Amino acid sequence: MLRIEQATYDAIVEHAKRDHPVEACGMVAGPVGSDRPTRLIEMVNAAGSPTFYEYDSTDLLHLYREMDDRDEEPVVIYHSHSATEAYPSVTDINLASEPGAHYVLVSTREHGNNPGPVEFRSYRIVDGVVTEEEVTVAASDTPEENS
Amino acid sequence: MAIEVRIPTILRTYTGGEKAVNADGATLSALIDSLEANHPGIKDRLIEGADLRRFVNIYINDEDVRFIGSLEAALSDGDQVVILPAVAGGAR
Repeated sequence: MLRIEQATYDAIVEHAKRDHPVEACGMVAGPVGSDRPTRLIEMVNAAGSPTFYEYDSTDLLHLYREMDDRDEEPVVIYHSHSATEAYPSVTDINLASEPGAHYVLVSTREHGNNPGPVEFRSYRIVDGVVTEEEVTVAASDTPEENS
Repeated sequence: MAIEVRIPTILRTYTGGEKAVNADGATLSALIDSLEANHPGIKDRLIEGADLRRFVNIYINDEDVRFIGSLEAALSDGDQVVILPAVAGGAR
């Protein structure tokens, strides 16, 4: 199960809507071993594409260094699909390389840049096997975690 | 000569769980052969045919090796090498 705060959930949805029809991508880091997604990092989609995303390689290195320095790890790795459902594609499955992370997919196909509900789903992707999991949106966690 | 190589989570099955290992080589290609000698199987995860795999990033002292000669990139003692799988995907 993925447990995520409402504010983080909303920020991911807002990012996906803002970047539509390009695929939005990013990460929510959290303390190592905590399984708590606490720090959202929007990433630039270096591919700038409606059907593909990739972090810029320099941004990727900086992100991992920063997480290392802060004793964080990737808890959520998210991206949007702008014309298809919020389910991992073959590409998503083949390229998934963080077996400990929750892979979140948001689909903006219904409302694009406009207000309205989106599909927001979460998966584990390990050794090519996709397992969908429940998403629980929590009103708020401990107040001091917003560091 | 010793060069520290940072290993991403997904490849730590080859290094007995180690986050960083030492290897040596005057080029990235030689370094990967040295990694393979101690951690059999890891080379295939980094190289496809004669090239670096498209969705594997390797950095030497924070420089993406694709900008400094790829597998022929030069290494010297004390350099730091980081391996990171690309974070990529999409509906395509």
